[in-house]
Amino acid sequence: MIPLSGDLPRAKGVKSDSVESIDVTKGTSTLKRGFAHMLKNGVVMDVTTVEQAQIAEEAGAVSVMVLDKLPSDVRKAGGVARTASIRIIQDIMDHVTIPVMAKCRIGHVYEAKVLAEANVDMIDESEVLTPADENHHIWKWDYTTPFVNGARSLAEALRRVEEGAAMIRTKGEPGTGNVAEAILHIKKVNDELRSIKAIYDSGDKQDLVRMAREFKVSFDLVEETAKIGRLPVVNFAAGGIATPADAAYLMSLGCDGIFVGSGIFKAEDAMERARATVLATTFWEDPDAVKEAQKMINEKQSMLGLDVNNLELRMQERGGSA
Amino acid sequence: MSELDIGILALQGDVTENFMSTMMAMNELGIDGSVNQVKTPDQISALDGLIIPGGESTMMGQLSLTNGAMNSLKEKIESGMPVLGICAGMILLSKNSKDRVVGSTKQPLLDALDVEIERNSFGRQKDSFEAEVSLDAMEIPSFQGVFIRAPAVLKTGSGVETLGKFNEKIIAVKQGNIIATSFHPELTRDVSLHKQFVKMVAESKN
Repeated sequence: MIPLSGDLPRAKGVKSDSVESIDVTKGTSTLKRGFAHMLKNGVVMDVTTVEQAQIAEEAGAVSVMVLDKLPSDVRKAGGVARTASIRIIQDIMDHVTIPVMAKCRIGHVYEAKVLAEANVDMIDESEVLTPADENHHIWKWDYTTPFVNGARSLAEALRRVEEGAAMIRTKGEPGTGNVAEAILHIKKVNDELRSIKAIYDSGDKQDLVRMAREFKVSFDLVEETAKIGRLPVVNFAAGGIATPADAAYLMSLGCDGIFVGSGIFKAEDAMERARATVLATTFWEDPDAVKEAQKMINEKQSMLGLDVNNLELRMQERGGSA
Repeated sequence: MSELDIGILALQGDVTENFMSTMMAMNELGIDGSVNQVKTPDQISALDGLIIPGGESTMMGQLSLTNGAMNSLKEKIESGMPVLGICAGMILLSKNSKDRVVGSTKQPLLDALDVEIERNSFGRQKDSFEAEVSLDAMEIPSFQGVFIRAPAVLKTGSGVETLGKFNEKIIAVKQGNIIATSFHPELTRDVSLHKQFVKMVAESKN
């Protein structure tokens, strides 16, 4: 079980209230991380319209992520990518029963505040949009709304958790239809987890301190993570997932669930592909079920995809050093 | 008596948390048995008791229709197998469900628990909350209720007992072999509700 503890004392996002003389608390780590726990073994789909959101819901998505443009279009359009229109986000919230997430720019405190006020269920501080602050991510403990952040390594993931992220997604390279980077990064995080777990089991505290200094996070967080041998929050895979087999493979590598961006609505068979991706994520342990899911899609209708070695823009590197 | 076999419906949601709470509850009660994650009709048909965990009810309903689990769940519940539905599980068990904002939806339901549910009854995630609730009818005077985009029961049928309320809304019910809660006992370290459920499964097997 993933511990739901990890509260920051006097975090501003925690709100106390009283209803009919009963004490009520909002914005605790249990509630924020617990929200992410409810998404486990599910697929979160990127959408840009109400119609796409409804298709995603009908296909069995556990949540939708609202963007102005799908990542592959962000890549094509160039320029500055910002948070989606609030009206579209609210329109989608009025038309689907599943949770609605939206992206804000890395470090853009007021895009995040606007999304929190708009009442989205989770905010993704995302490298798909143009970063607003290369040196600082948002201090997420100030928010009652939970956040998800991307990471390419254990160090990056723990830095985001220390800032208050309630969920992590290991980064791939968004908008490419190429799953290679997502695979690379979840394997890297897994390797690093195994290595700090081994240090913990050896009882060598000094070596754990060394790791904490290398990761640029607190000793306590490294020790807690090393003890349980996994990230202390739910971890999904993201970036470049285009087929049911992509999703099933990432689940088999220990991801708690899947984010699909351009892979679904940039394909020509979106409805079937959305449903097939959900089935492959749920039944990943059964290769025959994944085959049946893969049969639902037509490779000739998959998004064309890009070679990640020849990209002008590598979104995954954004915010990685901070 | 042979060992208890309790399943956690593992299509989606917080399955491992319920697995841990049930294992702990069995340990504390000194009851032998196994807890298994189940997805298929075959796995479900072998169970003595089942927990439908928190998650997204729409997704769980659609997938259980696709793989045939819906029918075997219905049959088992009608034949008297104890079932605990948590949040999404409560919605899935219900006869009727509508969303507070979106209204009626076509989501598949098990139609086993004679209640009308309002989904997202307390608001969106920002309004998710923790508060103490009491379930006196289950001999649990105080429990830390974790409500995450929680549903509430608007109307109950004649055979349904209200186990607990929060701010005038019904948040826990019992109907024969079915218990359902709006909140998430599996997200706390308190396993008293899971213990009551394990006891119910043990008694039904005797």
